[in-house]
Amino acid sequence: MYRYDAMDRTLVDERVAQFRDQTRRFLAGELNEDEFRHLRLRNGLYIQRHAPMLRVAIPYGLLSSAQLRVLGAIARRYDRGYGHFTTRQNIQYNWPKLEDVPDILAELAAVEMHAIQTSGNCIRNTTSDHLAGITPDELEDPRPWCEIIRQWSTFHPEFTYLPRKFKIAVTGAPQDRAASLVHDVGVHIVRGPNGEHGFEILAGGGLGRTPIIGQVVREFLPREHLLSYLEAVLRVYNLEGRRDNLTKARIKILVKSLGIEEFRRRVEAEWELIRDGGLRVDEAEVARMGSFFTPPAYRKLDDIEPASSKDAAFRAWYRYNTAEHKVPGYRAVYVSLKKADVAPGDATDAQMELIADLADAYGFGEVRVTHTQNLLLADVEQEKTFELWRTLQAAGLATPNIGTLTDMICCPGLDFCSLANAGSIDVAKLINERFDDYDYLYDLGELDVKMSGCMNACGHHHVGNIGILGVDKGGEEWYQITIGGAAGADASLGSVIGPSVAKADVPETIARLLAVYVEQRRPDERFLDTVRRLGVKPFKERVYAAPVAA
Amino acid sequence: MPRQLLRDGRVVADDWRYLDDAGDDVPASAVGLILTFERWLADKATWRAASGRLGVVLSPVHKVEQLAPDLSRFDLIAAEFPGPSEGRGYSQGRLLRERYQFKGELRATGYVRRDQVFFLARCGFNSFELPAGEMAGARKAFHTFSAEYQPSNDAGLAFKLQRR
Repeated sequence: MYRYDAMDRTLVDERVAQFRDQTRRFLAGELNEDEFRHLRLRNGLYIQRHAPMLRVAIPYGLLSSAQLRVLGAIARRYDRGYGHFTTRQNIQYNWPKLEDVPDILAELAAVEMHAIQTSGNCIRNTTSDHLAGITPDELEDPRPWCEIIRQWSTFHPEFTYLPRKFKIAVTGAPQDRAASLVHDVGVHIVRGPNGEHGFEILAGGGLGRTPIIGQVVREFLPREHLLSYLEAVLRVYNLEGRRDNLTKARIKILVKSLGIEEFRRRVEAEWELIRDGGLRVDEAEVARMGSFFTPPAYRKLDDIEPASSKDAAFRAWYRYNTAEHKVPGYRAVYVSLKKADVAPGDATDAQMELIADLADAYGFGEVRVTHTQNLLLADVEQEKTFELWRTLQAAGLATPNIGTLTDMICCPGLDFCSLANAGSIDVAKLINERFDDYDYLYDLGELDVKMSGCMNACGHHHVGNIGILGVDKGGEEWYQITIGGAAGADASLGSVIGPSVAKADVPETIARLLAVYVEQRRPDERFLDTVRRLGVKPFKERVYAAPVAA
Repeated sequence: MPRQLLRDGRVVADDWRYLDDAGDDVPASAVGLILTFERWLADKATWRAASGRLGVVLSPVHKVEQLAPDLSRFDLIAAEFPGPSEGRGYSQGRLLRERYQFKGELRATGYVRRDQVFFLARCGFNSFELPAGEMAGARKAFHTFSAEYQPSNDAGLAFKLQRR
């Protein structure tokens, strides 16, 4: 993984000093609430329902075991013993004290971490495929490019006060595991006319109040021009994006109002003027960045079949919670952060420390955060998966549900977030209680449930196969259900099935949707494909045919 | 007392006057005049021919391209920052310096505080209208970060990270 050099280290240390001084000025009354808000937001610090919330960047989801240990220690010392992993591969602490934040940042800086640009109207953490570098279907490892973008976007002098937040996702495989089509900019590594690698650039995707799938701005960009092209996109957005209305300020609204052709014309015109300036990424720099992401020292092994084990629970876990690895004898292992009685994405300090130890013992000291709010040990020897499973199971980290209904994506909701209309964690709990039969879950197969506590869509509900959105109805928490959304390479936005339902009725509503699927599906047809084939109608009819029994 | 401002790293008395400040009386020619954008547009020919130093206010909605043909007439451009979230001036600054080679005084006016000056300077600003209490902090803020990842007007580094 990328390691800081003296300059990177200096910059994060100087950032800690700067933020310490800004916090001091606020506490001394030299900055008012509004002035401080603009400063703290650029450093991941929100003032939430109960306490400040601090969001720490995990660049493209990659952590060393040492970093994860520090995240655990911070959770114990400054928070209430847990942290929340997010859909953008970051971690959030919900209970730090404002005056402690500079010290937390100093502890993070000591392990090459920070909270720079994790909130505010600036370029946020660049996200990527959690299977980068190990998945057999990959064209090229996207992480060196993520790091190049991270550096270019960090303290970018021109783009620190954008109209609104700006999120970039990079993928290097045909299967999109980074939700890049719903990012402000999606960068796809693709093959050019002569077989060389370059980028397809998309813009204007996003969720929130106005969900839109990103559109192609450029089909093929030679790779040395990545940064100048991004700079052109950002400059057009910074100058032309709306600033009069917060809900219309994202780049998706600019792309939509100009139309993709006119947007493209403006970006290309700007790019022509800067493409040969100082932002060219030369091959030496690509090679230098690539050298940080070389494969670890894999042993020469053959593939084995651990799933032939007699233990049915292990077999189920192996099938659902591990993924194919391009190196024979290895497997990627999901550490599930979805457990019936725990908020999706939460991990305790002890769990983080345990996972760090397991990463050292089984995974070359690295851990990844997935955008579905689980962790991943990327490089586990197949023959060690059984003992790893037993340890994970004992720690409550082996719920065998990856990719199934109860592997829900979920925002913190009303319990923590000052924006939310409705709770999401307790709904996740109700769903978990209702659907606790694994045979049924496995029979349903691949099913993406995503839930947000409000229109801001932090839980990506628009692109859930089943999406659940919390709405406020006369002071009560109700839920609007959508079906048919998808976040991958075939991304689509879900359709609303009808009037919103009461909290207690959410599980029954989902059960009825699933009943239609089970009755109507063709052999091996996923829920998503059945919805796409049949449309919303039969699902809607079933859900609203009879009131939910009290 | 004339306004104090931070120019090229030093606190100095402002030797420019916004035309609105002085009503319609055109003051002594030793004081440079800063026109509103509209006033410049309305009477370009007269101002072009006038003697003395001339500046113009560039608000966030104005396009740098509109000024480009006349840049040589201006000794000062004052980009406006109406509030703490305004960010267009950063792009305007870079365009003026890098694309149009503007060599005069590039001033930040409006909501300008010490926390912005590092980035503003990197976008080519060399003059800052700051509240009196911000001067000392702002002078230090030029050194907030001792390195940077991007090439820019003040550094001229290439991204290939020769620094390393």
